[in-house]
Amino acid sequence: MALAIVLMALVAAAVLFHFLSPWWLTPLASNWGQIDTTLMITLAITGAFFIAINLFVAYCLIRFRQRDGHRAAHDPENKKLEGWLTGLTAVGIVAMLAPGLFVYAAYIDPPADSLVFEAVGQQWQWRFRFPGRDGRLGVTDSRFVSAENPLGLAPNDPHGQDDVLILNSEVHLPVGKPIKVLLRSQDVLHDFYVPPFRARMNLVPGMVTHFWFTPTRTGRFEILCAQLCGVGHFNMRGYVVVEEPAAFQAWLGRQSTFSHAEVKTAAPNAPAGTDLAAQGKLLAQSRGCVACHSDDGSARVGPSWKGLYGKTETLADGSTVLVDPAYLAESIRTPNAKIVHGYPAIMPPFSLSDPELAALIAYMRTLSDKTVAQAGTP
Amino acid sequence: MAYSSAEQHHEPHSFWTRYVWSQDHKVIAVQYTLTAIAVGLVALVLSNLMRLQLGFPGRFAFIDANHYYQYVTLHGMIMVVYLLTALFLGGFGNYLIPLMVGARDMVFPLLNMLSYWVYLLAVLVLMASFFVPGGPTGAGWTLYPPQSILPGTPGSDWGIILMLVSLLIFIVAATMGGLNYVITVLQARTRGMTLMRMPLTVWGIFVATIMALLAFPSLFVSGVMLLFDKTLGTSFFMPAIVSMGQALSYKGGSPILFQHLFWFFGHPEVYIVALPAFGIVSDLISTHSRKKIFGYHMMVWAIVAIGALSFVVWAHHMFVSGMNPYFGFFFATTTLIIAVPTAIKVYNWVLTLWNSSIHLSVPMLFAIGFISTFLIGGLTGLFLGNVSVDIPLSNTYFVVAHFHMVMGVSPILVIFGGIYHWFPKVTGRLMNDTLGKLHFWVTFLGTYAIYFPMHYLGILGMPRRYYAYDNYAFIPASAQQLNAFITVAALIVGVTQLVFLYNLVHSTFRGRPAGSNPWRATTLEWQTPDTPPGHGNWGAEQPEVHRWAYDYSVPGMAQDFVPQNSAVAGGGDDHDQKAAGRKKT
Amino acid sequence: MSVAQSARHDAGGARDGMPSAGKPALWVFMGVVTVLFAQFLHAYIVRMGYADWQRLPTLPTVWLNTALLLLSSAALQWAQVAGRHGRRAGMRAGLFLGGALALAFLAGQLWLWRQLTALDYAIASGPASSFFYLLSGLHGVHLAGGLVAWGMTIRRVGHNGVTADGLLAVELCARYWHFLLALWLVLFGLLFIVPPATILAICSSA
Ligand code: HEM
Ligand SMILES: [Cu+2]
Ligand SMILES: [Cu+2]
Repeated sequence: MALAIVLMALVAAAVLFHFLSPWWLTPLASNWGQIDTTLMITLAITGAFFIAINLFVAYCLIRFRQRDGHRAAHDPENKKLEGWLTGLTAVGIVAMLAPGLFVYAAYIDPPADSLVFEAVGQQWQWRFRFPGRDGRLGVTDSRFVSAENPLGLAPNDPHGQDDVLILNSEVHLPVGKPIKVLLRSQDVLHDFYVPPFRARMNLVPGMVTHFWFTPTRTGRFEILCAQLCGVGHFNMRGYVVVEEPAAFQAWLGRQSTFSHAEVKTAAPNAPAGTDLAAQGKLLAQSRGCVACHSDDGSARVGPSWKGLYGKTETLADGSTVLVDPAYLAESIRTPNAKIVHGYPAIMPPFSLSDPELAALIAYMRTLSDKTVAQAGTP
Repeated sequence: MAYSSAEQHHEPHSFWTRYVWSQDHKVIAVQYTLTAIAVGLVALVLSNLMRLQLGFPGRFAFIDANHYYQYVTLHGMIMVVYLLTALFLGGFGNYLIPLMVGARDMVFPLLNMLSYWVYLLAVLVLMASFFVPGGPTGAGWTLYPPQSILPGTPGSDWGIILMLVSLLIFIVAATMGGLNYVITVLQARTRGMTLMRMPLTVWGIFVATIMALLAFPSLFVSGVMLLFDKTLGTSFFMPAIVSMGQALSYKGGSPILFQHLFWFFGHPEVYIVALPAFGIVSDLISTHSRKKIFGYHMMVWAIVAIGALSFVVWAHHMFVSGMNPYFGFFFATTTLIIAVPTAIKVYNWVLTLWNSSIHLSVPMLFAIGFISTFLIGGLTGLFLGNVSVDIPLSNTYFVVAHFHMVMGVSPILVIFGGIYHWFPKVTGRLMNDTLGKLHFWVTFLGTYAIYFPMHYLGILGMPRRYYAYDNYAFIPASAQQLNAFITVAALIVGVTQLVFLYNLVHSTFRGRPAGSNPWRATTLEWQTPDTPPGHGNWGAEQPEVHRWAYDYSVPGMAQDFVPQNSAVAGGGDDHDQKAAGRKKT
Repeated sequence: MSVAQSARHDAGGARDGMPSAGKPALWVFMGVVTVLFAQFLHAYIVRMGYADWQRLPTLPTVWLNTALLLLSSAALQWAQVAGRHGRRAGMRAGLFLGGALALAFLAGQLWLWRQLTALDYAIASGPASSFFYLLSGLHGVHLAGGLVAWGMTIRRVGHNGVTADGLLAVELCARYWHFLLALWLVLFGLLFIVPPATILAICSSA
């Protein structure tokens, strides 16, 4: 009896929860409203089954609970009923599957006039590339990857020379235009996931995958990595800024191309005049440092930056070192020179300009109440 | 047909041969069960640690990201392989197959014993990975390369090697056991026990075992190849890679190939766990509602159909993996087709309740709980199988909620139900009813509280396998409160399992004597001359079977059940009845 | 391996007139091994389709080893036939010879590995060699398991006449050997003989 009531209560609670829940799809920002529709169809059909069957069980529990002197019936088999139920189920299945397959057919068929850009994943940061004026992306190969050529473009490929490289984790896109995203990874599997766009795809090292969508709303959206890619996975974030085409073109024009790239200032739109530490913070976000280094003392892949500056760090070989600007500069440019005790030697070398380095160190300084006696700049 | 004196001679006497190096299927079953429960507890503790981090991020300093990923991985792997597979096949399969088909033991008792010890070895190797430098692997239970064998993933030196070696050992154990179960069902059924008279429990375990024999090789293959890539530098799954700024010497391999191999095992694995649960729950429902199972023949065919179909749906785990996108049409369709036989099973369970006489004993509570949770898990599977709906949901908490409902909670509820049900046969004593009910209510309601809301976090877009959700703007602050709520529920459920353990231990020694057939069930295991059954199960003579397993409440009979080995006329399934009818005319 | 062996062991004590279970157990086991190798070969053929595929040279040793295994299988067949006709001596001779040839095959395979490694076809040198070592190694492991069963069979065929028990053991051995021979011939063909283009053509048309 109690179980019957609980089952009914569960159904009621589930329905209530569904309608009152503040947790639901993020507001759609792409053309994939159809995906939401198939989701709703599936939800309606499965929801009906969920309610019906639970209530049926609850009814049986009340009506046919054991009573003295009452015996269960010995019904004959009921092939007809089974046939009807099978048919009904099949109808429900087709009603879900058919629209689903139609939407999928569209999903795997990018429009010919799509704007193409490439998202490159690497543990644990995003970078991007647009074709240059020739409209073609240059050839890449992991052989060419280096600190100076982080995306591994073939140095001699003429198509690659004018490619626009976005070496930080924020990319801009024009609103209202179909976009085909080419996905490439240099190390492990990743997944390009922007919840409001609904569309997504894995990045697979050794091959180029793709998917398409049309942004329908301007704004700044988070890119999440949604395929486990190691210990920094949960912090591998990037941003898509969807803006009016004119603003997008202007932004694209400001980015540097492969031929004169040589890794320019990477802080996205660091507003001029902000102080050095704020610039450093932006840089830490855009270059993906924060995937591994927290600013609140919590341990991630690497040591936290909180209280780091000015402290005495123990190295893997047992020696100690004072964390001063010189040590920090070395640790950023050639991370494996000195390894902190208890952490794996996995930080990639970053090539940063001197001012960028200064900004980062200034930022770290603000996270510590210690000071270093011998002042010095790298 | 006498039980030869030579056999009597074999009866073990010392403690060691009786309980440790035993070749008796009943002892091996208990060994399997207790070992599986022990590792299961480890996995449970790991899940609660993960929940602590998710509910109260950063509050527990010792759970850093490395540890979190190690917990996720071991939790998942232990639950799926070392707990559920081992418990259903090695535990329930071992105990019930010979008893239910009227055999004296498994066909190959020595092999059966070896199977357990090899399984134990696999468990120990896995546990050893907690103590090696770098700790256990944190690659996720799917162990996808390249990530699983590269730096940047915890335990990518020793942990992953031990994990793979342990899996390979496990597969050897499962193959030894599996051969035994299959041959026993095929060859050792007692007189009169036709295939279509076998209880659904045996059918479920039988088909699941065949599936295991066909699916585990695929895991073996991917495991060996991955191990080679890790230790010998081959490039089966490894393309050219620049890892952490360093170019590696791998070249030309395909990470997606691993996924195909893994899921060719992984999806059937879901049903290797589910089919025994289906079978057991059918028998629990029938027995405790005193009514024949609705549509026995359909149930058998549904089990077989599900088993066969589940080999052609694997790539529904790979809709957004980058595989050939046209596969999506095929695998979405097969996946949704499999829903039909699955739905039939659900209908037949609930239709069995109609016009029945439901005894809400503890096993029955768990059986009903299973119907409800499996229903949710099965229905949400339709979202994920329907390819375009899967696209936004894949790898989110919706998936976590789905697979916990369908292959975590549901089979576990059946395991509990099964243990409460057969415990009296194993020990001769009943488990405590009050504690059992407490255990049921907290576990059932608790899992709803944990997993129902979790679907909504997934719909929101929260990815799974995240150590923390620092400052993601699209996630409202309330999601964190919900996570805290889920964690509290998970902790309560976790602690409640201690009640079960206590009940298990306490009742083994102090439980009320049960008699030989406390549930008044028809199947053979309840008709043994001794309870617990002695060595050789049947005393002097093996039983002879005269009817199917579901003669409950047959009109005109004094009792409301007729044991399978009873020779009285009447009852039987449709075929028997028709045959009887023909005879009369 | 221990499966086949213990199958035989237990089959001796078939109870209550239960039909001997050794035969079906061996069939099921061979089925499982077939699935295992089918999975490997599936992976192999997929990989073969990539542009960088280069196959291994067919050294004479490969032919030699194949012949050894063939003879080994034939010897066991002889043992089985002799046993069926009640000729114990012939059965024993065939059994010994078959085992010895199988050992020679394994030694030959190891020698082949060394030769290939010396020729710069080490395990990690390319996909074809990786697959070769993997597949031949796994085949070898299965044969080694068979040799364990073979050792138990030698003991069983004892000294007095041909027992039903001993004959069954020999028959199972022979069957397993034929199976491993067939498996090796498939591997041999796919690894060394049939041109990749043909394999791919067949598989893509299917
Ligand atoms: C009280 C019981 C349980 C709780 C609280 C629990 C909790 C969790 C949590 C928090 C995760 C990690 C989610 C993430 O970060 O993505 C997880 C993953 C998982 N759980 Fe459970 N779980 C429970 C029982 C089970 C059971 C019975 C199974 C058996 C099938 C299971 C199988 C898995 C699997 C396969 C994973 C995925 C591991 C991975 O992502 O690699 N869990 N569970
Ligand atoms: Cu990632
Ligand atoms: Cu699946």
